[in-house]
Amino acid sequence: MNLTLKIWRQKNADAKGGIEAYDAPDISPDMSFLEMLDVVNERLIDKGQEPVAFDHDCREGICGMCSLVINGIPHGKEKGTTTCQLHMRKFKDGETVTIEPYRAGAFPIVRDLVTDRGAYDRIIAAGGFISVATGGAQDANALPIPKVDAELAMDAAACIGCGACAAACKNASAMLFVAAKVSQLAHLPQGQPERKRRVLNMVAQMDKEGFGSCTNQYECEAVCPKEISVRVIAEMNRDYLCATLVGAE
Amino acid sequence: MKLDSKIPTGPIDKAWDKHRFEMKLVNPANKRKFTVLVVGSGLAGAAAAASLAELGYKVHCFAFQDSPRRAHSIAAQGGINAAKNYQNDGDSIWRLFYDTVKGGDYRAREGNVYRLAQVSANIIDQCVAAGVPFAREYGGQLSNRSFGGAQVSRTFYARGQTGQQLLLGAYSGLERQIGLGNVIMHNRSEMLDLVLVGGHARGIVTRDLVSGKVQSWAGDAVCLATGGYGNAFFLSTNAQGCNVTATWRAHKRGALFANPCFTQIHPTCIPVSGDHQSKLTLMSESLRNDGRIWVPKSKADVGKDPRQIPEDARDYYLERKYPSFGNLVPRDVASRNAKMVCDEGRGVGPGGLGVYLDFSDAIKRLGENVIRERYGNLFEMYERITDENPYQVPMRIYPAIHYSMGGLWVDYNLMSNVPGLHVLGEANFSDHGANRLGASALMQGLADGYFVIPYTIGNYLATAKQPKVTTDAPEFKAAEAEVNARVQKLLNVKGKRSPTSFHKELGKLLWDKCGMARNAEGLQKALEQIPRIREEFWKNVNVLGDGESYNVSLEKAGRVADFLEFGELMCRDALHRNESCGGHFREEYQTEDGEALRNDEEFRYVAAWEYTGNLGAPTLHKEPLEFDNVHLATRNYQ
Ligand SMILES: Cc1cc2nc3c(=O)[nH]c(=O)nc-3n(C[C@H](O)[C@H](O)[C@H](O)COP(=O)(O)OP(=O)(O)OC[C@H]3O[C@@H](n4cnc5c(N)ncnc54)[C@H](O)[C@@H]3O)c2cc1C
Ligand code: FES
Repeated sequence: MNLTLKIWRQKNADAKGGIEAYDAPDISPDMSFLEMLDVVNERLIDKGQEPVAFDHDCREGICGMCSLVINGIPHGKEKGTTTCQLHMRKFKDGETVTIEPYRAGAFPIVRDLVTDRGAYDRIIAAGGFISVATGGAQDANALPIPKVDAELAMDAAACIGCGACAAACKNASAMLFVAAKVSQLAHLPQGQPERKRRVLNMVAQMDKEGFGSCTNQYECEAVCPKEISVRVIAEMNRDYLCATLVGAE
Repeated sequence: MKLDSKIPTGPIDKAWDKHRFEMKLVNPANKRKFTVLVVGSGLAGAAAAASLAELGYKVHCFAFQDSPRRAHSIAAQGGINAAKNYQNDGDSIWRLFYDTVKGGDYRAREGNVYRLAQVSANIIDQCVAAGVPFAREYGGQLSNRSFGGAQVSRTFYARGQTGQQLLLGAYSGLERQIGLGNVIMHNRSEMLDLVLVGGHARGIVTRDLVSGKVQSWAGDAVCLATGGYGNAFFLSTNAQGCNVTATWRAHKRGALFANPCFTQIHPTCIPVSGDHQSKLTLMSESLRNDGRIWVPKSKADVGKDPRQIPEDARDYYLERKYPSFGNLVPRDVASRNAKMVCDEGRGVGPGGLGVYLDFSDAIKRLGENVIRERYGNLFEMYERITDENPYQVPMRIYPAIHYSMGGLWVDYNLMSNVPGLHVLGEANFSDHGANRLGASALMQGLADGYFVIPYTIGNYLATAKQPKVTTDAPEFKAAEAEVNARVQKLLNVKGKRSPTSFHKELGKLLWDKCGMARNAEGLQKALEQIPRIREEFWKNVNVLGDGESYNVSLEKAGRVADFLEFGELMCRDALHRNESCGGHFREEYQTEDGEALRNDEEFRYVAAWEYTGNLGAPTLHKEPLEFDNVHLATRNYQ
């Protein structure tokens, strides 16, 4: 198939960026989206032009490194799919495809389609953990966890931290990401001692990073490649309210 | 050079306890005076960095991704082994030890493997305490599944995302230490050299991938946890960024590279679909619990719709040849058998390079819902890639490069022959011999990071008594100058071919000559060709852009340049080892039924290669392997 690509090019964080058009002829429908970009890049190099920079690593939909806003939607329009798992057979011959980086103030552009998502790490550092030092843990089966709780925790833990939720949100809110971690740990007995402190600290850091607030638009859920449910946001709001009322301890 | 493995003397089951007691400690107040540089934030690196920081050491951690959470460990699907015997099915530390030594085809060090089996149980406790949501039974107890090479159920899992959940557990501990200021994290930062001062590893040189800045870091010890080198083959199940650069540069500074030819081919991957292929996707080995592997008995049937091929025209070759392990034989055996049936012309799918993995019996027996619950995400992934629905049509699978058993040589303390340089996780050679059993890499990474290095590094720091150094030392300046010069050299070639085109060329050569089956003639050819590709690379590679910005071509070119050197050592190692064992199958050495034929008389050793300044003439050092506890035998999975 033959495509026209409109790709955001930007030399570095301070440079001015813009959309450039490229022809992408002879694309196989069996290619993944990133393999298509590989082919485009190889052709650019052969013509003496610098390749398009984009983030990727596992190419299996699990590391959360790939991003891209494809035709206006983070990770493209196929539901529950990361960019690296999107295949060209989902596009039409002759189509024009626009590829842009995430747009959110808290994710500054590094180059072309690459953004800096360090804000998500800092939110985890603020409280997205259980304070347990290495060694000295009790036998794992000494703490039975009902299957339903383990499953609910796992549903939330599936988050890959890709940033699509904030990129899709018109307020650039990171609520789905933050709530997924809060919910995971809130469903586990091990997470209880720090439950209130965790939600307060993580939300405080989220605000500090400049993410917007949630106005229940649910674009985040729609684009989440792991289909994390907005139920986690409701759960977090409850925990947050409770923690602000009674304090962290 | 005499290689001293430092295995404690005495009974193997008391060795680690005894060693822990005998090792010197660093007193708590002194720990903060020591800086440890941890390169890598996968299971091994993240666990080590967090644990060392908790103990009070100052830690710097480096990774080339934009976040420590994205290390390649995240991609592991199937599970992690531990000798918990929760199923009461006869498991024990001894059995896990035995299975691992046997699975590794008697090319691993007994002492290390025993310790691995011992600490395996602590790993599960630690991970649960950190909030890892492992699968549970209705009674709230942990659930287990079985994996290849074992007859007990000892694999713990979190749906098909075990690596993700374990890494996120270790990562959250690491982030906590980062938040507390005890670890300084350097993302998008690539280690390009190791710095020795007075013969000890005292620092590294990195390049900031965003700004291009080349910079040195000094410390009291260095831990490399930089993962495996499977990407030397271009196509593998590894993440795109996996590389040999960190370990290779350490090798060129004196660290011995052990058993580089021991690479693992995973039997259940999605077959190649075309030239554009950038990676191969693994389908978890756990699928072999319920899926049955077959090809048509007759060549005439290979093009037919598999559903139309009647039962008696199918060859369930693993069940036929290995009735007691059936589809759960170890990876090397399963891979080689797939190659054999395809070589006979009975392979299916494009190019005849595939075998069926069929779930129709399991669906009949258990119902589609049970299968969906067990493997739903894997089935979806398969369908997304191939556009075929595995609930209806059997999957097609083919082996692919997956894991590197070889790596930098380390002793029992996980220290290389370069004092102060420690190597953890897949980057070292230590525990899996010539073949790794499924679900044992995650176990080893976390064992090294959580439960071994925190003890052994203290002993090193307490006894090494090295003076403090800073990055002003001439050794650092010299290494930085070399790194800068190399970057410039890459940019100055201004040739005609992209770095990727060289990578593909090397990968294809290695796969053909040093892949699932090897022979002397092919390896010799590869040894002639690799230096030629390397020469052309340095004359004709085209790296656009500059060194002072985020430059993906430059990053890639540097890694390919190292693979081009490393690939030669891999072939040389494969050529010198005149036997077949585990993942190393030399066609000249096989039994009448095509099984690997070991030569314990001559090759019961670790081959550790020393860089001599001449890539064509490394020096071989041998560490003999003693088997006092597991009886040397021919592996038999029949
Ligand atoms: C698809 C797949 C599935 C798997 N499934 C399983 C499974 O079910 N069970 C199991 O036990 N094992 C499995 N494995 C194997 C296992 O995942 C790996 O062996 C293991 O995770 C390696 O961990 P590690 O910490 O050693 O290295 P990695 O996780 O590879 O981490 C390497 C780290 O080093 C950093 N790094 C590398 N080079 C440099 C450099 N030059 N400079 C700076 N930083 C650098 C990277 O940024 C990264 O942080 C699987 C592997 C694959 C590919
Ligand atoms: S590249 Fe890892 S999720 Fe897409």
